[in-house]
Amino acid sequence: MRRTIVNLRRFITFALILVALAASGGIAFLAIKNPTKFLQTLVDGVTVGSLYALIALGYTMVYGILQFINFAHSNVFMLGAWISFVIARAAGWTGPDASPPLYAIPVVLLGSMATCAIVGFIIEKVAYKPMRDAPRINVLVTAIGVCLLLESIGQLPFVFGTSPQPTPRLIPDAPLLTYEGANDIVVNFTMVDLMIIDSAIVLIIALEFLVYRSKIGLAMRAVSHDHRLASLMGVNVNRTISITFLIGSTLAAAAGFLASARVSALQQPSDASWTLFGLKAFVAAVVGGIGNIRGAMIGGLLIGLIEFFGSAYVSTNLRDVFVFLILILVLLIKPTGILGRPTLEKV
Amino acid sequence: MLKMLTSTLLAAAMLLALPAGLHAQNEPIKIGEYGSMTGNQATFGTSTHKGIVLALKEINAAGGFNGRKLELISYDTRGQAGEAGNCVTRLCTQDKVTAVLGEVASSLSIAGGRVAQENGVPMISPSSTNSKVTQIGPMVFRVCFIDDFQGFVVAKFAREKLKAKKVAVLYDRGQAYSKGLRDAFTKSFKELGGEITTDQSYSAGDPEFGAQLTTIRDTKPDAIFVPGYYTEAGNIAVQARKLGINVPLLGGDGWESEQLAKIGGDAINGCFFSNHYSPEEDRAELKDFIANFKKDNNGEVPDAMAALGYDAARVLFDSMKRAKSLSGTDLANAIAVTKDFKGVTGVITINKDRNADKAAVILQMRGGAPHYYSSVSPSK
Repeated sequence: MRRTIVNLRRFITFALILVALAASGGIAFLAIKNPTKFLQTLVDGVTVGSLYALIALGYTMVYGILQFINFAHSNVFMLGAWISFVIARAAGWTGPDASPPLYAIPVVLLGSMATCAIVGFIIEKVAYKPMRDAPRINVLVTAIGVCLLLESIGQLPFVFGTSPQPTPRLIPDAPLLTYEGANDIVVNFTMVDLMIIDSAIVLIIALEFLVYRSKIGLAMRAVSHDHRLASLMGVNVNRTISITFLIGSTLAAAAGFLASARVSALQQPSDASWTLFGLKAFVAAVVGGIGNIRGAMIGGLLIGLIEFFGSAYVSTNLRDVFVFLILILVLLIKPTGILGRPTLEKV
Repeated sequence: MLKMLTSTLLAAAMLLALPAGLHAQNEPIKIGEYGSMTGNQATFGTSTHKGIVLALKEINAAGGFNGRKLELISYDTRGQAGEAGNCVTRLCTQDKVTAVLGEVASSLSIAGGRVAQENGVPMISPSSTNSKVTQIGPMVFRVCFIDDFQGFVVAKFAREKLKAKKVAVLYDRGQAYSKGLRDAFTKSFKELGGEITTDQSYSAGDPEFGAQLTTIRDTKPDAIFVPGYYTEAGNIAVQARKLGINVPLLGGDGWESEQLAKIGGDAINGCFFSNHYSPEEDRAELKDFIANFKKDNNGEVPDAMAALGYDAARVLFDSMKRAKSLSGTDLANAIAVTKDFKGVTGVITINKDRNADKAAVILQMRGGAPHYYSSVSPSK
């Protein structure tokens, strides 16, 4: 029986390598055939993939340390986008005639990150900490409760309200790089795209340093390994978990700000699109190997690219199907994800 | 102790119920309304609600129905089909309303209409244009035209006024309304000698349209037909312009919202959509309605949804006066024979399919607001 499974896995891996070869041949063909479409899809895929990676980090860190999926994370992402909007509106940087100064970007971004960090901290203290020794299913149900609570609070008329809003144009969206193909068709790479990709790379490197080169990182890895043992060794477990939530929520807020800068309408707080976006980021975390920071980046990019290339070249109707198909494939072949190893130190 | 409390409560309830039964003649007549007061189509629900409220206020001020006032009971569907069914169930079984008004979005009207039909309560949808809505059964009506006609209107406009030969389609695959309009448009546009370059779709709430628009851009259309709702239409316009697509976008009545210009900004200017009415039309019935509506709503100009809500409530009242009794079947029979009713959105005649035969207008977005462009009458 075991042998058959191993054989099946080997067969699937082999088949997959063939598929990958065929795919890269196909990609080269597509790139030569229509370079503008190919490049634009690449830009979109990498950018959105970076956003998935930023959100996936939050899922992955919390899972690494507590072995539970924080479903409220996609709502923190939503909060990040909406709080950016609220701050920009309060400062008078919204509306068609507004011309926000450049310092508006850090003000709004940091404001939103700080608020979400506090929200993430409170969520952990109020909803998850009392459940620390409860069965994991209880915590999961609590997470769904928090998720609905955040959505409903967001819908209150004096919080965010229920109608979609135009997003503030804080980041100049003139194209940075344009590649002009045949027939005046151009490829645009905008400031927003650059910021998204940059911040994803910078934040992931910073996080790697934090986790593997700092004292708090050591504490995180210790708690992740065995939190009872860690506490016996003098690690402040509660503080470590709080910091993990703070960092995860901050990254989600940054993703919320950047994601809303890319589009022009902010969907209402309980819209299904927020959850779907968060869910795809979660898939990215699983595909990359949940609990693994570099895995989150790889998973995010992979999901983003597959989503965009699939919908541009195969069918837009199957857009979400591609994402979840990858999830199924990875779970079949390598259940721990691309970079995940069962014995790896997880943070 | 508990037993005593229960029996006292029961007795009190019976005492309260008794006079209510005796005075049924003066009781207000309950009219149910379900609409998306919140959610992505929130402006549809709130506008429609304002129109209905104005109509009932005028009817009650004029003495109501044989001295009985009309009372409106409204529930919020939050733009979700499941919730629409719940709302109508509550209206029919708990509130025991005489008739139901709503919804705007066709998918929600289909969900609510099935419940109304099962309960034998007549329903009038003010503005659901998908043909399936009234196919549910003899209890379901509407006071607007259907997508077959709307699709024809936009196709004819694109072909004859814009001289467009090639049009790309980008529709919302999750909405019956959007899909129906896309089918009707595609059929009519091909019949008129046009070509559909590509047929792309998205699902509601999707913030990214890059993949679809890149494909559309390569087919070099003369216009893009976007039969979705306003949030996505605004978003699509902005992203299309960013990708260097400068052809006009065309849409249906789902674009009707002040949010369209806010979200779409400059990108949406120069685009066209078909609609039920324009406050800029020169018709006598419109003047009073617009003036009264503005008075009640801080100077807000009624949009098409408000006008249709107003008309739906007035067609219902007109039918109540003509009906033999207020029972579901009698009332439905009366609504079915509505003929040449002078509504603010045009002359309403309910045809044998329980739809209204009416003219449509084409509006153009200019300077952040829709402006009247042309009219198309129902006789094809």
